[in-house]
Amino acid sequence: MRIMAQMSMVMNLDKCIGCHTCSVTCKQTWTNRPGTEYVYFNNVETKPGLGYPRQYEDQNIWNGGWELDRKGRLRLKGGSRLRRLLSIFYNPDLPTIEDYHDPFTFDYAKLITAPPGTSSPSVSARSALTGREMVPNWGVNWEDDLAGAPQRALGDPNIVAMSEKVRLDFESVFMFYLPRICEHCLNPSCVASCPSGAMYKREEDGIVLVDQDRCRGWRYCVSGCPYKKVYFNHKTGKAEKCTLCFPRIEIGLPTICSETCPGRLRYLGLVLYDADAVAKAAATSDPQDLYEAQLSTLLDPSDPKVIEEAEAQGIPHDWMIAARRSPTYALIAKYKVALPLHPEFRTMPMVWYIPPLSPVAEAASASGYDPDDPDTIFASIDTLRIPIQYLANLLSAGKIEPVRSSLRKLAYVRSMMREKQLGAYREFKIESDDLTMVEAQDLFRLLAVARYEDRYVIPQAHEENAGRLLAQHSLSGCALEAQDDSYGQGHVTSHFMISNPANSESGGKRIDPAIRDDKGRLHLRLLEVSPVNQLQGGCGL
Amino acid sequence: MKGVTAPELFWWVILPYIALATFVIGHIWRYRYDQFGWTSRSTQLQEKRLLKWGSPLFHYATFAAIGGHIIGILIPESWTAAIGIPENIYRWFSATAGTAAAIGVIIGVIILASRRMFVARVRATTSPVDWLALILLAIVIIIGIVETVGVNLLGSGYNYRQSVSLWFRGLFVGNPDVNAIAHAPLLYQIHATAAWAVIMVWPFSRLVHAWSYPVWYLWRPFLVYRTRKAQRPNEPGTSGRRWRRIGVRY
Repeated sequence: MRIMAQMSMVMNLDKCIGCHTCSVTCKQTWTNRPGTEYVYFNNVETKPGLGYPRQYEDQNIWNGGWELDRKGRLRLKGGSRLRRLLSIFYNPDLPTIEDYHDPFTFDYAKLITAPPGTSSPSVSARSALTGREMVPNWGVNWEDDLAGAPQRALGDPNIVAMSEKVRLDFESVFMFYLPRICEHCLNPSCVASCPSGAMYKREEDGIVLVDQDRCRGWRYCVSGCPYKKVYFNHKTGKAEKCTLCFPRIEIGLPTICSETCPGRLRYLGLVLYDADAVAKAAATSDPQDLYEAQLSTLLDPSDPKVIEEAEAQGIPHDWMIAARRSPTYALIAKYKVALPLHPEFRTMPMVWYIPPLSPVAEAASASGYDPDDPDTIFASIDTLRIPIQYLANLLSAGKIEPVRSSLRKLAYVRSMMREKQLGAYREFKIESDDLTMVEAQDLFRLLAVARYEDRYVIPQAHEENAGRLLAQHSLSGCALEAQDDSYGQGHVTSHFMISNPANSESGGKRIDPAIRDDKGRLHLRLLEVSPVNQLQGGCGL
Repeated sequence: MKGVTAPELFWWVILPYIALATFVIGHIWRYRYDQFGWTSRSTQLQEKRLLKWGSPLFHYATFAAIGGHIIGILIPESWTAAIGIPENIYRWFSATAGTAAAIGVIIGVIILASRRMFVARVRATTSPVDWLALILLAIVIIIGIVETVGVNLLGSGYNYRQSVSLWFRGLFVGNPDVNAIAHAPLLYQIHATAAWAVIMVWPFSRLVHAWSYPVWYLWRPFLVYRTRKAQRPNEPGTSGRRWRRIGVRY
């Protein structure tokens, strides 16, 4: 058993209002550069719809992810290694810019340079690739709120895979939003597809990254990823992808998409998994069993055996504490309300989704909701406005049971809390096989109250040893050297380190590196550097 | 070196050595200082219908052409004669196989060049040094094809193994036969000179991707894990990382 920690995300689709704040803040943070105009590490799709890039989910077109060969062994759907090397001059499975969209800006200068006249000047779209005038006809979010759905949404691979009956039910239209980032898979096919070996998974937290110095632009990561979340920067000729905001994660802050989500629907936390079990789980023969197979690779961080083994294998103690508090582990493995996106791609994705329930409760109350009869709400799950088969095609390779089970739990939590709030003098009557009342209350706290501290449990990276070398050029002398002992301890909750002992001893007078004001806010003395230590070249250098 | 004039000495001895030195030192410099710029600079994202035919055709035909050059100018005529291949058989092989490669190269080049010139999205990604490299490459290729097809296949033929090859091999043993190349037909002289120019430009252009053909991929494990390592800090006063300024063309 090889225990590894993985930073994972869960998104509660029930709460997504499709505001695209995550996409915008991500864009501003990571991809507002020439060459990445068309790139959205985070995008929000309206489902049903073709998605971004167009029809990325249909692996019969793009050959992303893994498949099983005739003997049941795992292999890349994009073909053998040799085939990839031989077709390196033209990647047959690569989407073109048309499948994403020709990125455009507007000729804003015209607004102020237009000659005086009676009509208001108008600006025309300009291609960011060529600078020429163009007519935008597709975009990252062209299908927002089902725009153009009558023409296109039936091309959604999840609908194509549905039975005829559900297809006809499409008349009663439905939609929901699907925010997507890189899945930071346990079995990443992009990493396996990269001929240069430039892509890698970080051992510490499982984040999948592209080494910009080693990438040679062979483009196989783009076609290898079934979620199409690796992008080709057309200016630098290198691949780029969602980094899970690792500079933030390393200091214990949530990703920028999570931080700025107004719906507060994202959860970040660690899961522990058995790296040796991943390949076997990914090779499960029936795609509908892949969800359970992936669950089976996850380890319970409260299990004493796992704790002992994990710490023996070098997972820091504070990370183990964080793993036990992890909201994603709770939603994925403890309550089993979150499901993986397209487990049939066999990459073992680690961004999971809680299926949307809202339309169910609506339907239940419209049909004369009786709180004494739990069957009304549970029965209505199957007559959900969003066809349950559609959700199953998205989240469990078409198997309805996990989706139904998740929705039943969510419905139970909702009706229980409704009882508690409204039926104050009556005893709570709804019972569930799946959840105890205590668990339901815990789930309510996690999903509905959703405090910041509960949504994001992110242990800081242990860089203390790597940092020692950096210290010799740091402004405040050898701050880290002198503070070995205290820095070496694990910190679970503190978001910043106060590590400036060089300052604190200057002139024999102790200066606190940080002061607290009347309101209890912490102010760090960022700019004060002891002149004595600077002149002496720091301590011991 | 009797009867060698100064310009000839410069053109056929000094220039090749300058080119070779630039090639070697340039690569070392680029590899050490510009890993971030070292890429194949694919334009498949922008355009794929023409690339689908042009790029594989050009690359594979170029491999054939490079193989032909190795046989033609690195292997002495005496060696092929020793295993019983007379000059006329060799020339017949050279001309037919060379023509086959040349047809592939020329069709590939026509597709790729027209794509680069006339597809606006592709043209927009091309940097000045890439234009230079591609134009030089086009000169080398076109003249090389004229030699192969025009002179050796259809024309009277020219035994370059008695002249150009001697000079070329001589460069690597420090004894180039300048007279041999100086009296070769003009076409061969231009071809050789343009080739040296390509060699000189090579390390500074996208051509460096040729050295990154990832054969290693065949036997490395599928999944790559990396662990955090201590990194040396930048030298004081330098920026270290070679990110370029936003908006500057590559």
